[in-house]
Amino acid sequence: MTAAAADAAEAPGPALMRVDDVTLKFGGVTSLAGVTLHQEPGEILAVIGPNGAGKTSLFNCLTGVYRPQQGEITFTGADGQTVALIGRKPQDINRLGLARTFQNIRLFNALTAFENVKIGVEARQHTGPVGAMLRLPRTRREEQESDARTFELLDFVGLRRRANEIAASLAYGEQRRLEIARALGTQPQLLLLDEPAAGTTGGEKLELTRLIQRINTEMDMSVLLIEHDMKLVMSTAMRVVVLNFGQVIATGTPAEVQRNPAVVEAYLGTSEEGNDSATG
Amino acid sequence: MTALDSLSRPVRPGRVHQWVRDARTRRLLGWAVGGVVAAIVTGPEGRLGQPAYSVSHALRPGHLFLCVGLALAVGIAFEVWLRYRGQLVTAAAPARAEVLRTWRRAPVRLATYAVLLVLLIVLPGALLGSYWQGVLVEQIGIYALLALGLNVVVGFAGLLDLGYIAFYAIGAYTTAYFTGALPVHPPFTLNLFFVIPLAVAAAMFAGLILGAPTLRLRGDYLAIVTLGFGEIITILAVNMDSITNGARGAFGIPPFSLHLGPLKYQWGLTSLPYYYLLLIFGAIIFLLFSLLENSRVGRAWTAIREDEVAAQACGIPPVKYKLMAFAIGASTSGFAGVLYASKISYINPSSFTVTFSILVLVFVIFGGMGSLVGSIVGAAVLQTVFAYVRKNNTVDPADIYIYVGALLIVMMIFRPQGIVPSRRRAREIGMAEHGVGSADALAAPVGGPAA
Repeated sequence: MTAAAADAAEAPGPALMRVDDVTLKFGGVTSLAGVTLHQEPGEILAVIGPNGAGKTSLFNCLTGVYRPQQGEITFTGADGQTVALIGRKPQDINRLGLARTFQNIRLFNALTAFENVKIGVEARQHTGPVGAMLRLPRTRREEQESDARTFELLDFVGLRRRANEIAASLAYGEQRRLEIARALGTQPQLLLLDEPAAGTTGGEKLELTRLIQRINTEMDMSVLLIEHDMKLVMSTAMRVVVLNFGQVIATGTPAEVQRNPAVVEAYLGTSEEGNDSATG
Repeated sequence: MTALDSLSRPVRPGRVHQWVRDARTRRLLGWAVGGVVAAIVTGPEGRLGQPAYSVSHALRPGHLFLCVGLALAVGIAFEVWLRYRGQLVTAAAPARAEVLRTWRRAPVRLATYAVLLVLLIVLPGALLGSYWQGVLVEQIGIYALLALGLNVVVGFAGLLDLGYIAFYAIGAYTTAYFTGALPVHPPFTLNLFFVIPLAVAAAMFAGLILGAPTLRLRGDYLAIVTLGFGEIITILAVNMDSITNGARGAFGIPPFSLHLGPLKYQWGLTSLPYYYLLLIFGAIIFLLFSLLENSRVGRAWTAIREDEVAAQACGIPPVKYKLMAFAIGASTSGFAGVLYASKISYINPSSFTVTFSILVLVFVIFGGMGSLVGSIVGAAVLQTVFAYVRKNNTVDPADIYIYVGALLIVMMIFRPQGIVPSRRRAREIGMAEHGVGSADALAAPVGGPAA
């Protein structure tokens, strides 16, 4: 994945992910109306917008949960092949290199933190039922690899000491980080975070900001972030796309977007400056 | 006026009133009533169909007092346990932790299993008469094997399969075919040891055929389709007279036999040799499945069971893994079918009705879903009860399922995780009760378009 990111950085090749004129309707309700945006390799892109703007719908279109009626979504994988994402199943999209977290955390609650991450790591392995029952050499090797990788990831998100705790017993912010670790385990090129800061405290938000930056720099991974928390968006995102009523109303650097009158209006309904407003 | 007065006045219950209102008293009364009912149905003329008849004719005081007394004793013991439960648990905690610590040490565990295995080898021959040896093989052993297989489907993957016995039938009929016991003759008859892989393959193939289109369904729908499949197999067995010999079934399926150079052995009509055969196969399957449970595949099943959407987001294809569980369950069932056909030497469609599917499911639930030991314990305990009832005629055998049903209801209230639950499953059920997640991946997909 690093190779692809580096290639694209040198020569302005195809975007990592491109959403082209995507429209999603539920009966008579239009959730996304001709959304067009793209993500550069190595970029932290934030999608913001008031409640009901279509942010999570966009996420669900990207990850194969919803199927938009119109438009195209393409993704350029590690092998340089550009493929269409629409019509693919969520698990296949994950295999292509897009991993996601959920707005309302969806961990495997009865399993330990370790097992949660390990399930993500094992998604890229090949042991089948026969290998598992007979404990073939490959199974044992894969088991060791996934254990090691799981511990690395738990270290990375700062949950190593909680490895044997049941996921449901972790604190809210820890559960958020655990979900991120599980997504990282599937070795994505693009990490989709759906409101990672929702419901976290100030200290946890700071930690999260650092974690997202480290994912971007240390793991060399692109991040697509949906977020309400402006502070988090402004301090992490390189570029911001603003959605309102299913349409892109502004794109640009955080500073540009913040000054954009259309954005201010969408968020606050007045011309007042919105600094860290989490309303909407 | 006076009535209104008495309503507005705070009720000051008398001593008796207070006593009656007490939950404990009411529970004890419930136990006593249960005792009376037990006395009626177990009395010399006891019939659930005619309770009044046995009340007037056959309810002897001695028997009544015994039943009510026993019920009350159990009730009081239960109350005492309820009262001191907290203290008992706290007092027992260090000892429990110590036992667990010891248990976690591999040599201790291996030694325990070894001792258990030796007991399983030695005891039946030494202690049991021929009736109970037969029960041990035909009722407990084969059904424990079936329960182990269904446990993979229901317990590991969280799929409700109500047509499980169909694969057992397929295994048994494949055996009958390849040993020449059916009206259609095979090109060559085989030793039963060579029939095993064929029967397992046939059952697995049937499982894949049924599973591929239906495993996309969730929860209830899958249960209905599998139920239908079970019925189809039974009806086919009855109606395809020229192939299956219809309701008369297949006769003269030979027992297992071994011809390895100088080593010659034939499993005859006695049960004990079959018991050892079952013990060997059962131990192997137990070992394989426990390795499976703690592998990548087992964890993927757990993930799908707990949250299918999250599992998909982690790159796990649910249909593929469900199909895997279904096929493994089906092949275990087919394997049990071979053993059954050869032990009984005679099969007919009535051995494969939907009742047996439900029965195996009951064993799995009773023992503890997702727990391999639980499946075996469930089959052993319930089949022992059935066999006891059948032998001693304590209740009408036709009524036995009424009691099983009642027992299951009580289980679901007081111990929904089963007798020997798996740790994961117990946790899931506990969480579902407290509103965290669902015990099965039957919940609706990702929430609506709100963002």
